[in-house]
Amino acid sequence: MLVEVLFWVFAAILSVAALAMITVRNPVHAALLLVLCFFTSAAIWLLMEAEFLAVVLILVYVGAVMVLFLFVVMMLDINIEEVRARVTRYAFFGAIVAGVVVFEIVSVVWSRSGAEAGRVAQSLPADHSNTAELGKLLYTEYVYPFELAAVLLLVAIVAAISLTMRKRAGLKQQNISKQVAVRREDRVRIVKMPAEGGASAAAPAEKGP
Amino acid sequence: MIRLNWMLVLSSVLFAISVAGMFINRKNLILLLMCVELLLLSANMNFVAFSRVSGDIHGQLFVFFVLTVAAAESAIGLAILVVLFRERRSINVEDLSTLKG
Repeated sequence: MLVEVLFWVFAAILSVAALAMITVRNPVHAALLLVLCFFTSAAIWLLMEAEFLAVVLILVYVGAVMVLFLFVVMMLDINIEEVRARVTRYAFFGAIVAGVVVFEIVSVVWSRSGAEAGRVAQSLPADHSNTAELGKLLYTEYVYPFELAAVLLLVAIVAAISLTMRKRAGLKQQNISKQVAVRREDRVRIVKMPAEGGASAAAPAEKGP
Repeated sequence: MIRLNWMLVLSSVLFAISVAGMFINRKNLILLLMCVELLLLSANMNFVAFSRVSGDIHGQLFVFFVLTVAAAESAIGLAILVVLFRERRSINVEDLSTLKG
């Protein structure tokens, strides 16, 4: 009984937070409301006994992706008023599309609200480990997709860094390949000159560059 | 316990809200990216619900991969956004008409 009550409370929080996210003016507030959405979804997944994914959702999304969003929002210094002008023109159309989407899915789900749609998850035994189950599957049957996902993340790292890295003018830095490729003849020139006796005052002026 | 159709309705409501958000915020590129994140979250919720109800853990593994791809997507998207803002001093979608698409 408590699980059902908590589910409806979390569902209400999630819907209100999502609605507020798409309507607030300030992008920082929108990012923080999206954090609330992810957190509430993680709580719902915990209620569904999908513990590993709930923890991953908080760690990856709240901890990494949303912090990245907040960094970018604060770095960009966007003119909010200019961006949000003439919003109401599309709000009506968007609401119509959203209403149709919800109506369609809800009608399909409720038309089959017999045994199959109203099914509940079998509650798991107390010593059941969701993480161990996922880990076994991930490192045996899905090890090739797992490695592909790792390569994908590497590509994303390289792409993000190479996109945002820029050469600033006037910055003093080493050019390693030029340093390695330099030859002795470029740097040193040996000048042979006859030894002079006694005229030591004139010697520094005659040395070559 | 949580029923399957409750979860399906909740995720459809989330999906619809994020679609409406794409219409409302169609000027602001960063809010469009946030709406995409919310949309992927609602799809993941379906995966988790069906996986738990049918007792098949492969669905939850798929959510794991979706999260990976979504994280990579948002990282690259935000990098493109930063480069774009450096070039144009604006993230308005309507300013991006160089390709005349």
